Formats: sequence, C-alpha cells, structure tokens
Amino acid sequence: MKRLILLVPFLVFLGMAVFLYKGLFMDPSELPSALIGKPFPAFALPALDDPQRTVTEADLKGRPALVNVWATWCPSCRHEHPVLNELAKRGVLIHGVNYKDDRSAAQKWLRELHNPYQLNIEDAKGSLGLDLGVYGAPETFFIDAQGIIRHKFVGTIDERIWREQLAPIYQSLVDEATP
Amino acid sequence: MKAWISIALLTAVLAGSVQAAIDTYEFDSEADRQRYRTLVEELRCPKCQNQNIADSDAPIAMDLREQIFRMLEKGESDQQIVDFLVSRYGDFVLYKPPVTGRTLLLWYGPAIFLGAGFVLLGFIVLRRRGSSATAANGLSADEVQRLKALLNQSSMDNKD
Repeated sequence: MKRLILLVPFLVFLGMAVFLYKGLFMDPSELPSALIGKPFPAFALPALDDPQRTVTEADLKGRPALVNVWATWCPSCRHEHPVLNELAKRGVLIHGVNYKDDRSAAQKWLRELHNPYQLNIEDAKGSLGLDLGVYGAPETFFIDAQGIIRHKFVGTIDERIWREQLAPIYQSLVDEATP
Repeated sequence: MKAWISIALLTAVLAGSVQAAIDTYEFDSEADRQRYRTLVEELRCPKCQNQNIADSDAPIAMDLREQIFRMLEKGESDQQIVDFLVSRYGDFVLYKPPVTGRTLLLWYGPAIFLGAGFVLLGFIVLRRRGSSATAANGLSADEVQRLKALLNQSSMDNKD
C-alpha cells in the first residue's frame, strides 16, 4: 500500500505529460465550425465576372465542391492560388467567394493569376462571410452534392495538406455522389 | 516610490480606456447602449485567442460590433443575438460556455478536485489520529486488558 502511494506523483506526472504533449500539436487558432452538417447559407449575390448576374445557394448544388473564401488583401491567398489552379486543372470543382474586396482588384487578380473558380461570388459587404462564420481568409468549405457543408479548412491549402488531409475528404464526397 | 506607483497605475487606467473600441454608434436609449456594451464585452472575437469583441481591432470584430448594433436596433433580444453568433462561430465566441457533455469537466472539475482533496485530507488526518493514539500508550490489546483490571482493582481497594 505504502509503495503504491509513492507511485501517485509519478502517475500524476505521466498524466500531465500526456496532456501537454498532445497540446503541443494542437492549433488553438483552429475553430471547429458550427456549420458542419448544415446546408450552405442562403444568399443572393452578384457574380464577380458579371455583376448583372445573381448567384444563389441553389447554383452550388449538384456536384460536390470546394467553396474558397479569398480576397486580394489576403497575402496567404496569393500563396494558395497556384495550388487552387493546379487542383482545378485536375478536375476539382472549386467556387470562389471574393470576401470584402474591391471588384476591379479582384477581377484583375483572376485575369493575371488565372481563374480556378467555376462560380465567382462577390461578397463585397461580407454578409455571406458572416453567415459562413468566416473569421479570416482563406477559408475553404467542402460541400456535398446536396449543398450541405461537410468540412471546413481554415488557412492556406498547400500540396501536402491537400494530399494528406483534404483529398480523402473530397474523394469521399465524390464517391458519395456517384453511386 | 509611491508617486511612481500612482503614475504607473494612472497610465495603465488611461491606456485601458483609450484602447477600448472607438466606434460611435447612436443608440435609441441608454438601456440599449448598456446592452451593447455588455454584449461586446462578453463575446469573444473569433479571430483573436483571448480578446473580446469590444477590445479587438480585428476586422471581424468590427463587423461583429456593427452586426450586434444592427440587431439591437431591430429590437432583437440578447439571447437572439448570442444565438445568431453561436450558430455561425460556435461556442468559441462565448466566454461562458454552456454545460454540455464536453464541458462537464470544465464546469465541475474544480469542485470534484476540491472534494477529492478534502477526502484525501480527511483520510490522512484520521490515519494520523489512529496511529498517534496507539503510539501514545504503546500497549497491545492484552496489556490494555491488564491495565483495566489493575485500575479496577485499585479503585475497589480505595473503596474499602
């Protein structure tokens, strides 16, 4: 009994060590999205490339897709852009939400850096961003064919993150949609 | 020395009031202004790790202050405003998280640890008391019996 009591501090230390070690690999700036499993919020916003045209949430349905929230004022978006171009070339369906941005700057960006987006939604006031719970660009939402948000990734997508984390998620959505 | 301390304190207080949000919203009533202040102070900025919406300079905090102001103007209740934000940003925005399965330990952990501490303390005290009692007279059960007998005898002797 006495011997066992002597072990208690060691066990407490072990427990703490496990918790703290796990904490080393957690990113506190990553918030779990409150929207997972919910339909993409309703919106009616102009298309960036053709402001006369209105895009709504109904346009997003039909095929699984990525909805990428970006802006020209966001430096990480510039890093992410070539990766999105590459993904689009490989057949990944990506829609863009241009978040609180200047229209002409955004149009210039797409002309110069190539446009990987199928639909370009212009969210100048950030109202869609607010409904999506966006707190910083870039953020990428994964929606299924029914327009339900299934996953959210905050931060810059690079080749490795895509390969290791995101491609399996996208693939599972595609598999789901093609029985 | 004292003067220095008061200067330091005064600067800290003044700096605090300067840092607070400087948006100028016109409220219909003083009560609305109070509600706005309470809300922006109790809600956490999603972009920042530990700052409320009132103190943060992040663009998202500015947007949320404006959103809260607009909802107040529309006459929505505090609960409606909080629900609106939680449905978009999750429980993270609440400085006071709701009691759910995941937060049980957070809410009741301290009480459980305190209780466990008291139980342990009681256990140790009881054991100490028990052991010190035997250590004081250092007698075995047989010896206690004999002592009793002897004491009884002497008291009987005294009676005579």
